[in-house]
Amino acid sequence: MAAQIRKLIVELDETRIEMGRTIDPPTRRALAIAVIANPYAGRYSENLDELVAIGEELGGLLGAKCIAALGIAPGQAHSYGKAAIVGEAGELEHAAAILHPKLGAPLRQAVEKGAALVPSAKKLGGLGTAIDVPLGHKDAAFVRSHFDAIEARVSDAPRAGEIVVAVAVTDSGRPLARIGGLQVQDIKGEDGLR
Amino acid sequence: MKMTMIEIRRVHTHVEDIHHEFGPVAAQPLRRGAVCAVLTNPFAGRHVADILPMMDALQPVGIAMAERLRAAMDVPVERIESYGKGAIVGAAGELEHGALWHVPGGYAMRELLGWKGDRAAYAAGKGSPSAGATVGQPGNALAIVPSTKKVGPPGATLDVPMTHINAAYVRSHFDAIEVRVPGAPRPDEIVFILAMSTGARVHARVGGLKAADIAQWNGLR
Repeated sequence: MAAQIRKLIVELDETRIEMGRTIDPPTRRALAIAVIANPYAGRYSENLDELVAIGEELGGLLGAKCIAALGIAPGQAHSYGKAAIVGEAGELEHAAAILHPKLGAPLRQAVEKGAALVPSAKKLGGLGTAIDVPLGHKDAAFVRSHFDAIEARVSDAPRAGEIVVAVAVTDSGRPLARIGGLQVQDIKGEDGLR
Repeated sequence: MKMTMIEIRRVHTHVEDIHHEFGPVAAQPLRRGAVCAVLTNPFAGRHVADILPMMDALQPVGIAMAERLRAAMDVPVERIESYGKGAIVGAAGELEHGALWHVPGGYAMRELLGWKGDRAAYAAGKGSPSAGATVGQPGNALAIVPSTKKVGPPGATLDVPMTHINAAYVRSHFDAIEVRVPGAPRPDEIVFILAMSTGARVHARVGGLKAADIAQWNGLR
């Protein structure tokens, strides 16, 4: 069953100046959010296949929306992350079913490669609950300049029978990253870690 | 006084498609959007009597923001049916700093949407034709741009009111979009906001003046 989408939201956040210093080019982070009906709301279901399929659909859709908002070629993406907020009539495992089995593959296709784990967060919440979507470099999880998070929130969701699903993609790291560690230019990109 | 009146630190855009609100799924989803520019507040931390120079300096900022929002919404100007504006002033500023947005914010969107009025008169608060002064539609974006503002902390939400661009009394288009920028405004910042939408509330059905029945072209009905 295809995702029943009530709302689709795309945000783009661009930092031009941080602590009085010009950021050139600006750091840019895109966030795409879908508010969907939870097909398992209000009951226990052993099988969560419908949400797994919805996760696969949303990985591609939300990943492509982020890339479009950034206006970049897929290969120019730097970091990514994903998160879900389950409404009160659902359970945490519903978020897991969307996020973990199948969302990653189409998202990786949208950003090209994606050797690294897609960092994630999940929670149960009500209307306007915010979730911090973790961000990590898509090809090497240890790139320290790209450890970040972006806040996702929908004022009128999730209703009890809904799930808020968010995907974030950037074309840059933190605006004034300067705490050392693995640098982008030193990525090997083979094991997804370094 | 700081050297630069206009210093844009961040720009945040938000676009949403509303397919339904637990009623019939719309054939074409309602698209609403907001653009937020986070600016340094040059008057933070003290009382400055004459703040009007910043109002003029904000004109090009508003025009750039309006076009950026339209581009992010990915629709032609003809599809924009309602609008609104707002400001969130950081803790070291005062509400009056947010009021600087009234002319440049409103003017920018009306200009983008095809307003044919007199810019100087608009800045002087005399931009709208008097009731019954015209016959037929004299231009677009005739209605006042509704607004709200407040002083708030980083991440504060602002419910930006929205109304029809040509007639403020069109009931189907009374709406509001909740806007916030995580992490802004800092105490010495101001978030200036523009909002636009492609139509009525997704399940509008409380009667009143319909957009199709606008007849007076006075910005009201």
